[in-house]
Amino acid sequence: MAIWVDNDTRLVVQGITGTEGRFHALGCRDYGTNVVAGVTPGKGGESVEGIPVYDSMSEARQATSCNASMIFVPPPFAGDAIMEAAAAGVELVVCITEGIPVADMLKVRAFLEDHPTRLIGPNCPGIISPGMAKIGIMPGHIHQPGSVGVVSRSGTLTYEAVWQVTNLGLGQSTCIGIGGDPLPGTNFIDTLAAFAEDPATEGVILIGEIGGSAEEEAAAWVQENLDKPVVGFIAGRTAPPGRRMGHAGAIISGGKGTAQAKTEALTAAGITVAESPAEIGISMARALEK
Amino acid sequence: MKIHEFQAKEILRRYGVATPKGEVVEAAVEATDICREMGGRCVVKAQIHAGGRGKGGGVKLAGSPEEAESIAGAILGMQLVTPQTGPEGQTVRKVLIEEALDIAAELYLSVTLDRASGKPVLMASASGGMDIEEVAEKDPGAIIREAVDPQLGLLPFQARSVVKKLGLEGSTGRQAAKLIGSLVAAYLDTDASLVEINPLLVTGHGDVVALDAKMNFDDNALFRHPDIGEMRDIAEENPLELEAGKYDLNYIKLDGEIGCMVNGAGLAMATMDIIKLFGSEPANFLDVGGSASQEAVQNAFRILISDETVKAVLINIFGGIARTDRIARGVVAALDELPDVELPVVVRLEGTNVEQGRKILQDANFDFIVANDMADAAQKVVAAAKGGV
Repeated sequence: MAIWVDNDTRLVVQGITGTEGRFHALGCRDYGTNVVAGVTPGKGGESVEGIPVYDSMSEARQATSCNASMIFVPPPFAGDAIMEAAAAGVELVVCITEGIPVADMLKVRAFLEDHPTRLIGPNCPGIISPGMAKIGIMPGHIHQPGSVGVVSRSGTLTYEAVWQVTNLGLGQSTCIGIGGDPLPGTNFIDTLAAFAEDPATEGVILIGEIGGSAEEEAAAWVQENLDKPVVGFIAGRTAPPGRRMGHAGAIISGGKGTAQAKTEALTAAGITVAESPAEIGISMARALEK
Repeated sequence: MKIHEFQAKEILRRYGVATPKGEVVEAAVEATDICREMGGRCVVKAQIHAGGRGKGGGVKLAGSPEEAESIAGAILGMQLVTPQTGPEGQTVRKVLIEEALDIAAELYLSVTLDRASGKPVLMASASGGMDIEEVAEKDPGAIIREAVDPQLGLLPFQARSVVKKLGLEGSTGRQAAKLIGSLVAAYLDTDASLVEINPLLVTGHGDVVALDAKMNFDDNALFRHPDIGEMRDIAEENPLELEAGKYDLNYIKLDGEIGCMVNGAGLAMATMDIIKLFGSEPANFLDVGGSASQEAVQNAFRILISDETVKAVLINIFGGIARTDRIARGVVAALDELPDVELPVVVRLEGTNVEQGRKILQDANFDFIVANDMADAAQKVVAAAKGGV
């Protein structure tokens, strides 16, 4: 078992004819994901290493019954690509694109209210259920099937945690990067709720960072709803206020969104917070032994 | 992106927001005539990209054209230190000369994104002129919040409700409601991330005027607003950060002594944090991008070591899609092409083929200090910076 992505995933890649889209479409296929289609407007009828390309999402959906999409469309057009996927009825949309304007995401969110589609990202590494399928840009080979669910706002910091977990022999059920933008499609609570229902997930690693209040909200939810052990880490303890630390959403503004406040909220909810990023994996192992 | 107060007022005036009459000057002598035209009294305001200018002595009232010139002369060129600039302050290159208005009341207005609800929010308070965070802490009830539907904008009834809660009536109330609507329209039209009027002034005659104005913009949307992009003032930015920006590197200058180069923003922050945990301070935030290409590493390294406060460098790379041995070759090649680097450089590589990667570093001409994991790397770089290896 895993959440959201598994052996039934039938993936379409939007922007498959671009360099990144092509590279990662093939990377997902090499990992074992069933990549059934690509979409680039105006390039319908072509193929990418045997993957058929369609002009639109509705054509791709009709021809291949794809149920998940991965988006590599440039930022000015990525919001439209998300909405096109939702309109075509695709259940899961993973948007890798970084740099989508906030105003575009406000439109996307309003649009998705009328559609059952789940959006992961934007500005994220994607989602992987080790041994089954991956939709994203993460290196598949550092993962290993197992019992730990990972949810994170980061990319490489997630790989760091995943690698620690793999080296401890625990492995992962599903790993999700929800992305570094201020308005993510899927948030911590959505993911934690799915992990709570997933029998394969025995413990959860939650990696947050400065900015916003998603970690505080997640902490309150965990305290009320989750029986599985949770280990947290918050990046950005040394980040100066008012500066955007790489991710559009990683900013302390008006004294709000500090690593200290988030750490306190997690700790108060009974979550073990690793003080050092080198101790995320071992903290999870200890929590699972209890 | 940030802009100056006078630029924000310029944009807001296009939306019908009333502001004091004013002109920007870069030489003190120009202040004399402007002040005379305003009737001999004016306010001289330093233009820098930081708040709290009044507290640092960057905003002063002049009672005569001569005084205006001498105040402008004192402020222009000064290193203005405010709670937001850091102890070194910011050089003042421009001052805004504005008419002095009589003050009956000072209010607060802003529009920003509320991340929790996923909607823009209008915030208003009758306690203007103060730090809004202080107001929020002492008396959260004093802040009026009104959610904005981004497709519809602020509806007239919402504006009227805010005005009533602020206690404004009659002509003043009507002017304020119109101004609030204009503010939200400006926020939505320009892809702003913040519009703030603090204070919003009610004059003795009951008129409503934006005495101060601040606007920040969504960098990702600037491609839609070339006119706003042109308002960027690079003199306000750190030169190293500017240089890094040319190579699409995410670099932020900090106060510590350990230069760090990391792939990915989250891991970069975590690396800064672990340096602190081991007793030192990071000199910068630097994300070279997920794939850490040779070219990115080279440019990043050059920028990193041009910061004279750096005593040692930590390169922390998690090999993702690109395997560790390939990244190691890139790091070695990058340093080979740079002139003599005398600083100690600790490298921590992790990921697949890590043994080969470490061997490539150990066999290189450059004397890298190779670390096994993040904790080991932090310990080694802190020791190296303090003089012992």
